[in-house]
Amino acid sequence: MNAKPIYGLLAEFKEPEKLVEIATRARESGYRRIDGFSPYPVDGLAEALGSHHTKIPVIALAGGLTGGLGGYFMLYSSSVAFYPINVAGRPFHSWPMFIPITFELTILFSGLFTAIGMLALNGLPKPHHPVFALPQFSLATDDRFFFCIEARDPSFDEEKCRAFLNQFDPVGVYAVDET
Amino acid sequence: MADQNTTAVYTPPAERPYPGPHWVTEKISSLVLTPNTPIEWLIVFGLTFMGTGVLLIAITWLLIRGIGIWGVNIPIAWGFAIVNFVWWIGIGHAGTLISAILLLLHQAWRQSINRFAEAMTLFAVMCAGMFPLLHLGRPWFFYWLAPYPNTMGLWPQWRSPLIWDVFAVSTYFTISLVFWYVGLIPDLATFRDKAKHRVTQVIYGLMAMGWRGSAYHWQRYEEAYLILAGLATPLVVSVHTVVSFDFTIAILPGWHSTIFPPYFVAGAIYSGFAMVLTLAIPLREVYGLKELITMRHLDNMAKLLLATGVIVLYSYVDEAFIAYYSGNVYERFEIVNRMFGPYGWVYWLLILTNLVIPQIMWSSRMRKSVAAIFVVALSVDVGMWLERFVIVVVSLHRDFLPSIWGMYIPTIWDWATFAGSIALFVTLFLLFFRLLPPISMFEIKKVLHQPEVSARP
Repeated sequence: MNAKPIYGLLAEFKEPEKLVEIATRARESGYRRIDGFSPYPVDGLAEALGSHHTKIPVIALAGGLTGGLGGYFMLYSSSVAFYPINVAGRPFHSWPMFIPITFELTILFSGLFTAIGMLALNGLPKPHHPVFALPQFSLATDDRFFFCIEARDPSFDEEKCRAFLNQFDPVGVYAVDET
Repeated sequence: MADQNTTAVYTPPAERPYPGPHWVTEKISSLVLTPNTPIEWLIVFGLTFMGTGVLLIAITWLLIRGIGIWGVNIPIAWGFAIVNFVWWIGIGHAGTLISAILLLLHQAWRQSINRFAEAMTLFAVMCAGMFPLLHLGRPWFFYWLAPYPNTMGLWPQWRSPLIWDVFAVSTYFTISLVFWYVGLIPDLATFRDKAKHRVTQVIYGLMAMGWRGSAYHWQRYEEAYLILAGLATPLVVSVHTVVSFDFTIAILPGWHSTIFPPYFVAGAIYSGFAMVLTLAIPLREVYGLKELITMRHLDNMAKLLLATGVIVLYSYVDEAFIAYYSGNVYERFEIVNRMFGPYGWVYWLLILTNLVIPQIMWSSRMRKSVAAIFVVALSVDVGMWLERFVIVVVSLHRDFLPSIWGMYIPTIWDWATFAGSIALFVTLFLLFFRLLPPISMFEIKKVLHQPEVSARP
C-alpha cells in the first residue's frame, strides 16, 4: 500500500507506566525490534525491553587500566629508562612519587572512555533519525512517551501491530517513513 | 523513604497546578528560549564584561613587563597568583561534589542546583588555571609542563608536586566538563525541540547530537552517568589534596603539616558551597525560581556550609595545637607571628569571617532567612580567600632566618588581575545562564515522577 517503505509504528502515550506494560506484553507476543522513547529515564523500561546489562562498566574498566598502566609506564620509562637524571640522589624509580599522576590518568581515561563509549554504543552523534520526521515526536523530550515497533521486526505486520498498539489506549498511532 | 524526601523537594505554587514534566520544560526553557533578557542580567553583564577588559589589560601588561609588576619578591615569591589559584580551585569543588557525591548518596534535592553548580565549577577552574600559568614568568612556555617527546630530550620533573598539580587540575577540568556535558545532552534535545528559530534549532540540535530518548540509550546513559559520578568523587578529594601537597611537601613552618590534605578539601567544599549560595540566591530572585530552588535547598546547603566550617575550625585548632605540641621553635614562632605579627589583622579578620559569622547558621531561624544565608555565604567567600592569603603569604614572609624576612604588598596589578578574574567568572556564568539549560530538566522530571514509579510493584 505504502509507496515508501516504513520505519515502524509509533504509539504515543501520556503515562510512562504504559511503556513498561506495553514493552512487557510486546516481548511476550514475540516482538524483538521494539523501543520506547521518553523525556526522562523510566525505571524498568530497558529491562522490560529485554536489555539487562550494558557494556559501559567494562569500557570504564578498560579506560581505567589504559590510563593507569599507560600513565605509570610514561613515568617509569621517562625517569628510569629513557631520561634518567640524578636529582639529589633520589632513586630513579621513586614509585610513591608516581602515584598521584598515575591516579589522575586512571580517572581521566576511565571517564573519557565511559563518556565516549556511551555515545558510541548509542550510535550518537546521529543528527537524523526516521522518528524525527513525526511532528508529535518533539514531545518525546517534553512530557510524552512513545513506543515503537520497527518494520525490521521479523513478526512485523502493519495491521496487526496497529491493533496490538491500539489495545493500550494510546493518544495516537503513527506510521513513520523510512528515510 | 526517598519518596517523602522527593515530594518535599518541589513545592508547587498554590495558584498553579501540580508541576508535571511539561511545567518543568516550560519553566526552564522560558528562561533561555526567549528574546527578553532581564534588565538585571544586562546591567550585571555589562559591568562584568568591562571587568574582563581590566583582566585583559592586566594580563597584557604582565606579558610585556613580566611578573615584576606584581608585588611578589623574595622571600614572598608566591603572592596573589597562588592565593587566587587555591581559592578558585576550592570554589570549583562544590559543583562536582554536589553532582557526584550527592547523586551517589541518592540526595534528590541536588537536582535543582547541580547543573549550574557544575557550570560554576568549570568557570572557577578556568579562572584557577589561569593564575599558575601567568605566574610562570614566561607563560608562553607553559607547554613545557606537558610530557611530550621534544628535541630537548626533557621531561617534566615527576617528583614535584607542581607537576602533579598540572595533571590533577587538567584532569579535574576535563572530567567535570565531560560530566557536565553528558548531563546536558537530554536537556539540549528538549531545547532543540522547543526552539522556534531555525538557527537555535540547529545549534541545540548539533549539541544534542541527535538524542531521542530511546530506552536503550537511557539505560547506557544512566549507567555512564553513575560511573562518571563515581569517578569524579575521588577526583574531588584528590585535586585539593594535590594542591595541598604543593605546600605540605615543603619544609616551611606553616606549610609542612599532615593535616593539610583533608583540611584543604574541607575548606574547598566550604568555599564552593558558599559560592553556590552566592550565585543561587540572586538568580532565584531574579528568575523566579523559588519553586525549583526552594528554602529546603538553601537550608540543606547552609547545613553543609556549617558542617564543613566546623571541620575547618578543627583544622585551625589542630594547626595551632600541633605547632605548640611539636616543641619546634620555628613552628611555634610561625603560629605566634600569624596571630600577632605584621599580618595579624588578616588572621583575625579570617577568624571573624570564616569561623565566627557562619556560626549563626546553627539557628534554624537564621537558616530560614535568605538574607542571613547570603551574608554568611559572602562572608565565607571572603574568609576562605583570607585563609589562602594567610597560608601562602604569612608562612613565607618570616621563616627560619630573620635576615631574609620581608613583607608583601600587593600592587594595583595584583588587584586588577584578581578582580578581573572574578569579572571573568561572573561573565561566563551569566552567559551560561542565558544560553544553556541552567537547571537539569530531565532529572527534575524523573524526581517528580518517582513516587508513582516506585509505588509500582
